Amino acid sequence: MFLNTYTDSIDFNAAREWIHTTLSGVMPAWGVTLTECVLVGLCLLLGYALIALALIYIERKVCAFFQCRLGPNRVGPYGTVQSVADMVKMLIKELIHINHVDQFLFNLAPFIVIISSVLAFGCLPFAKGLAVLDFNVGIFFLMAASSIGIVGILLAGWSSNNKYSMIGAMRSGAQMISYELSIGLSILTMVVLSGTMQLSEIVERQSEVWFLFSGHIPALIAFLIYLVAGTAETNRGPFDLPEADSELTAGYHTEYSGMHFGFFYLAEYLNLFIVAGIATTLFLGGWMPLHISGWEGFNAVMDFIPSIVWFLAKVGVVIFVIMWFKWTFPRLRIDQLLTLEWKYLLPLSLLNLLLMTLVVALGLYF
Amino acid sequence: MNKIKDIVSRIAPEAVFSESAPWTVTVPTAQFHAVAQALRDDPQTQFDFLLCMTGMDWGETLGVVYHLRSTASGCEVVLRIETADRENPQLPSVSDLWETANLNEREVFDFFGIRFIGHPDMRRLFLRNDWVGYPLRKDYDASAEVNPVRMENEETVDVTPSYEEHDGKVEQEERVLFDDQEYVVNIGPQHPATHGVLRFRTSIEGETIKKVDVHCGYIHRGIEKMCEGLSYPQTLALTDRLDYLSAHQNRHALCMCIEKALGIEVPERVQYIRTIMDELNRLSSHLLFWSTLCMDLGALTAFFYGFRDREKVLDMMEETTGGRLIQNYNVIGGVMADIHPNLVQRIKEFIHYLPPMLREYDEVFTGNVIARQRMQGIGVLSKETAISYGVTGPSGRASGWSCDVRKLKPYGVYDKVEFDEVLRTGGDTYDRYLVRVEEIRQSLRILEQLVDNIPAGDYCVKTKPIIRLPEGNYFSSVEASRGEFGVYIESRGDKMPYRMKFRSPGLPLVSVVDTLASGSKIADLIAIGGSLDYVVPDIDR
Repeated sequence: MFLNTYTDSIDFNAAREWIHTTLSGVMPAWGVTLTECVLVGLCLLLGYALIALALIYIERKVCAFFQCRLGPNRVGPYGTVQSVADMVKMLIKELIHINHVDQFLFNLAPFIVIISSVLAFGCLPFAKGLAVLDFNVGIFFLMAASSIGIVGILLAGWSSNNKYSMIGAMRSGAQMISYELSIGLSILTMVVLSGTMQLSEIVERQSEVWFLFSGHIPALIAFLIYLVAGTAETNRGPFDLPEADSELTAGYHTEYSGMHFGFFYLAEYLNLFIVAGIATTLFLGGWMPLHISGWEGFNAVMDFIPSIVWFLAKVGVVIFVIMWFKWTFPRLRIDQLLTLEWKYLLPLSLLNLLLMTLVVALGLYF
Repeated sequence: MNKIKDIVSRIAPEAVFSESAPWTVTVPTAQFHAVAQALRDDPQTQFDFLLCMTGMDWGETLGVVYHLRSTASGCEVVLRIETADRENPQLPSVSDLWETANLNEREVFDFFGIRFIGHPDMRRLFLRNDWVGYPLRKDYDASAEVNPVRMENEETVDVTPSYEEHDGKVEQEERVLFDDQEYVVNIGPQHPATHGVLRFRTSIEGETIKKVDVHCGYIHRGIEKMCEGLSYPQTLALTDRLDYLSAHQNRHALCMCIEKALGIEVPERVQYIRTIMDELNRLSSHLLFWSTLCMDLGALTAFFYGFRDREKVLDMMEETTGGRLIQNYNVIGGVMADIHPNLVQRIKEFIHYLPPMLREYDEVFTGNVIARQRMQGIGVLSKETAISYGVTGPSGRASGWSCDVRKLKPYGVYDKVEFDEVLRTGGDTYDRYLVRVEEIRQSLRILEQLVDNIPAGDYCVKTKPIIRLPEGNYFSSVEASRGEFGVYIESRGDKMPYRMKFRSPGLPLVSVVDTLASGSKIADLIAIGGSLDYVVPDIDR
């Protein structure tokens, strides 16, 4: 098995053990756990912020190139520091106090949104040995955690005392609850194939062939459904109705300013990353390199690339596809959006689940 | 004209007829509604299109001038009614005959204080509800003490007065626009999809629109009032600022009207230049339409494609006229300056440049399944409704109404070029979209025929330093980018117009929104608004 031969050129397991032994040498066991928790939390938040900033920059560049423009090109080389400058601006902006809003819920909403996305972010297996939470119902937990975000969006719309926000939040609620079903079913389809819900296990089982290839037709259908539903789940174009700027100005976050708006903004980009990350883990082999059985030389070259690079590259491809959607398609209308989900995607996902079960039961997969 | 005389005299024997064109009938107030109805319904006349409605203050009397046109025969007639009561002027409403009279009568009420009996909604249209006086009356007091700049917000009212006649007595009734239970959302005045400061009060149920109430006047500048205090060459500067995307065409209409009144023959070269500039302007306007409609439907990339190409048109116009939006190019008797030597070459290049881009537009947007679903069958405007509301231009032609002034009454050199009047029959958002895209191609075709044949000659004839129009009424219209733009001048032989009225294509477009959008979704309202392509300064004037 390749599993045994593949040694990552950057081994996070070794780093983890080194930190653990070093800390154990200087403090008691509870101290070690505490310090490690703090360290993990710091790394997560740092990674979260860095990835969001990078994504914002990438989105602006990608969209600019789609639109015959140059995009940010003044701050730093090729405008790379632009989103950092934007973040600083966002941090020092005033949080505008709005009359006649439900202050508690209004201030709570962005935190719920960001907490849900940090939780989901923490579950992703980034590289070999680089996963914070890894337990037997990992994918289930990930879905549950990412679903909390909708509560924050509904609260934001409800508490803003603004009709646009209200309509945006209602749209968002209807949309996310509907598309959650398709996401759930397409993930379930892949769980049937992998036979486990533990994320690390799912990745390990793709060491030979990625699930997208081993599950052939049903996996491909599930992947396409997941991409569509995932785009809808992150409220991105062509499903960006909750914040449809030409209809609702900014939808549920119309009234937010400063860092509270920043939280929504960050969460939106991180959700994009999370959706792409799950797609990578379930369909594209997670951090596993591309292997083709029989081509030993090719496989060895592939193994040379570190697993974190594999993960990020695959996520990058999926993100690019989702951005491509956004900057190409016009926006759907709410009834068309719901029709697409309930009349087409949902029955298709159910049939696909059945098909996958048959494929697995009869052993027709690679 | 004899048929009209027959019909009118049968109902109103006291009606006065003019001796020469423009055929004008002065109708007594009491029989006016019956006369108007007869003129509209009689199969021999069929004046089904109320082209222009102008409130007038003739000093002793107040009144209204109606320009009627028959869409079947193209005949035109002018009706005049007046009332000597300046304190409490009342005239019969024709809003039940022509839908377009609805907003126009509100405008007349706003500016002249004439109450229309039988009109369902007699609110001010452009000015604030607490405005004192009627500004287009000749005895209006414009001092700042009467109407100071008000620092408080205008109260939004949900009831509107209307006046009905019962047994010879006029009674005021209150009509409810929105009741307390309705969920009313303001779309505008500051909203990305209203294309300017326009406000729709929209009653919605869930996502479905029940009713739309249009509030205009946020950029009303009183251009018609200003014109009364300016000499004719000075008024030219204001037309560019009406529909800024049809700057050339608007000014063309005004110049034509003044030249007609003065009897100035414009050189052939000027006619060519004006036509070329009109079409360039139409190109820039339709490209902007395409871009903004795509943006309204959420396709932001398409928006940039359109703007990329519109930029080339603007560059060409800038080189010759010096302006990109407000061009100040047409003058009485010609144009301001000769065309730039590069213009011909650049237009030729552009004619070859744009068609591949149009194919790209089709690939990125027209053929897109989401775009089609968002547009097809949305906001269907029937031909009859279009005529009744006076929805001219590409929006009217999408409903199958052949209303292109370039074909009906050719001006410039439109009679010398071959082009098709683009007609579609569906009347939905998609048809309005396709008509404009096809009109871009037709404009290129017109340019192609003109650009090589610009005759030599003067670019302007000499006019007198002070221009006085002979006494009388003058009306001319052109096909502006979004409909028929008309200029009505009443002159008393002075160097300033006694009354100058602009028939804007935008007002009918915005008046039809309620009819089109009721019953559809919020997102459809945006699509409908984008496809009607109104420009707010044109509505407000």
